[in-house]
Amino acid sequence: MSLLEIKNLNVSVNQHEILKGINLTLNPGEVHSIMGPNGSGKSTLAQVLSRRETYQVTSGGVLFQGKDLLAMKPEEAACEGIFMAFQYPVEIPGIGNAYFLRSALNAIRRYRGGDEMDAMDFLPLFREKLKLLEMDENLLNRSVNEGFSGGEKKRNEILQMAVLEPKLAILDETDSGLDIDALRIVARGVNAMRSPDRAMLIVTHYQRLLNHIVPDFVHVLVDGRIARSGGPQLAVELEEKGYGWAEAERQTAPASV
Amino acid sequence: MTTAIQNVELYLESFTEFQKRAPGRNLPWLRKLREDAFARFCDVGFPTPHDEDWRFTNVSAIARTPFQLAQTIAVSSQDLETYRNQTATCQLVFVNGRLVPELSSVGKLSAGLQMYGLANEINDNPRAIEAHLGRYLDIQRDAFCALNTAFAEDGAYVHICKDTIVEDPIYLLFISTASEVPLITHPRNLIVAEKESQATIIEDYVSVGESIAFCNTITELVVGDNAVISHYMIEREHQQASNVSTLRIQQERSANVASHSVLLGGGLVRNNVHPVLAGEGGECLINGLFIGNDHQHLDNYMLVEHASPHCGSRQFYNGILDDHAHGVFHGRIIVHKDAQKTDAKQTNRNLLLSDDAQIDTKPQLEIHADDVKCTHGATIGQIEETALFYLRSRGIDELSARKFLLFAFASECLDRMKPGPAREHVEGLIQRHLQRVANSAKSPAPGTMAKRSEGIGRRLDEDRGQTTAE
Repeated sequence: MSLLEIKNLNVSVNQHEILKGINLTLNPGEVHSIMGPNGSGKSTLAQVLSRRETYQVTSGGVLFQGKDLLAMKPEEAACEGIFMAFQYPVEIPGIGNAYFLRSALNAIRRYRGGDEMDAMDFLPLFREKLKLLEMDENLLNRSVNEGFSGGEKKRNEILQMAVLEPKLAILDETDSGLDIDALRIVARGVNAMRSPDRAMLIVTHYQRLLNHIVPDFVHVLVDGRIARSGGPQLAVELEEKGYGWAEAERQTAPASV
Repeated sequence: MTTAIQNVELYLESFTEFQKRAPGRNLPWLRKLREDAFARFCDVGFPTPHDEDWRFTNVSAIARTPFQLAQTIAVSSQDLETYRNQTATCQLVFVNGRLVPELSSVGKLSAGLQMYGLANEINDNPRAIEAHLGRYLDIQRDAFCALNTAFAEDGAYVHICKDTIVEDPIYLLFISTASEVPLITHPRNLIVAEKESQATIIEDYVSVGESIAFCNTITELVVGDNAVISHYMIEREHQQASNVSTLRIQQERSANVASHSVLLGGGLVRNNVHPVLAGEGGECLINGLFIGNDHQHLDNYMLVEHASPHCGSRQFYNGILDDHAHGVFHGRIIVHKDAQKTDAKQTNRNLLLSDDAQIDTKPQLEIHADDVKCTHGATIGQIEETALFYLRSRGIDELSARKFLLFAFASECLDRMKPGPAREHVEGLIQRHLQRVANSAKSPAPGTMAKRSEGIGRRLDEDRGQTTAE
């Protein structure tokens, strides 16, 4: 069974159509990249999959491990194994990073009928992941993302992902705004999580990240539709020719509607 | 109008009776203090919303009710256990405004700390009381201050001697009990912290059983040179109770005071905090949190007087309001002519959880010096949808996520309290209270969610100003 199956997904926001018939299947172990120009619907796809309620699905469906993902609340999707690294991680003053992450981990464990983890057991796990992402120990008690630099916020997203160990990891423009050192650290964290039973969906605007996290498949999203799909070489081609090329290709192809 | 006049007659009757049995009735200065105060109360009567200081708070319910002076009623130690602070080593317990020695424990007081009932001390050591009682509070300002002074009978008298460091918090518990007639109490506290002393004082107002009651309390806090005092005011009476409290702080040179007000209970609550920075180099933090639901009315009135140069004051108030609750933040700062280099700051942040909750926030700056820095700001918002989604996307259910965010908002106030037993006490109370508020909140109907989220995360109202004169 495929892990994620998106069938003819149409999504709008305030009556404005954003996704216009997306079809995409992810199998366990696969890394897919979604590339596309601004406004093409990349982030909308990521948000819909993590069940943000501000988007309206007008038609189509999504199955996650055979279950109807679109019937799930955000917390249910998370407990089922979906994780999205936010493009703009939210600052939450007053909630400690470690406390927040342990609460999340325990909510997921409870959902799956497992035991909760106490602070003593959690700490070594948290420290180990901090080290992987070269983050400072003082992050333990700092408020979630508060006063973090852009790079720290993105690393914190990957840190959460490493602790929560999702089955489907969605990275929404995690590379945007990162310098090369931070990008390498993030990529190392992501690569360390590649495994035969986990799939990843990497949403990005730039090809650069894909030099460090090499995907199995690349899809180009233009105006709410997947204009092209291919292997990693497609990203390189895009970088050379620009998104205009992919769009032109789509328009010369026979109309599907 | 007729009712109000009848009630003045009722107060007159009570006052005549009271003067016959009041502690210190034979002390001419105290008799005069009470009589002047009562005359003042008769002159002005209870304030109305036409009075600028009472614009947002209507006390006609208090004015209309024929209150009777409370008699002490026995409280079982079982009832008390619910409220008693287990960790406090020195606590005075007052039932309907009077000290109950059997319930109090002042076991091993530090040398240099004295704690008594005010009534006892008026009899045993009137000179110590005469030096301070009523010297700081202005009965002209407000009918409630006048009324309390007229009926001043008992309360806590705390004296911290020079250079004394009191480690454990001094805990003052005020219990009001249920009664068939509406009861009024006038606790009157006097706290004198001498030069270079240090202490933490907690006033905690609770009720056992529900009936209409009115607690009109005043604390005069005198803080000597270089002394460091933390004061906590906790209001958690039931919602049939009204509570008007005034904390009048007199700060001498380089004195450092933190006032923390935590309003959780009470139906109609007015909390006045009035520090006067009388000596150079004083610092005052006025920190507050008010959490209201149902029809609670929680009014926070600050009057910060900078009377000397080089003083700093910081006001930070956070409010959380649900259902039909109404909150008020009225922050008045007066910088007197000689108070150059004043640095005064005021911030009020509010979270409204329902469409019917209301907040009135009003800064008021009166600056008579020409080299000062005063800033003020207020925000009103709702729980941010993006933050809620962020928590939920990590597996935390919606109700828990809301609790997280409410507690995070409240913890801004907790963070300004010094770590220690007093803060832990308050933290536990706030946590339990927020659990109740969050659990009782009606979650929005599915259809209204999209509509609600439009306003979420946006600051509905913002007012930020800065006054700098050089």
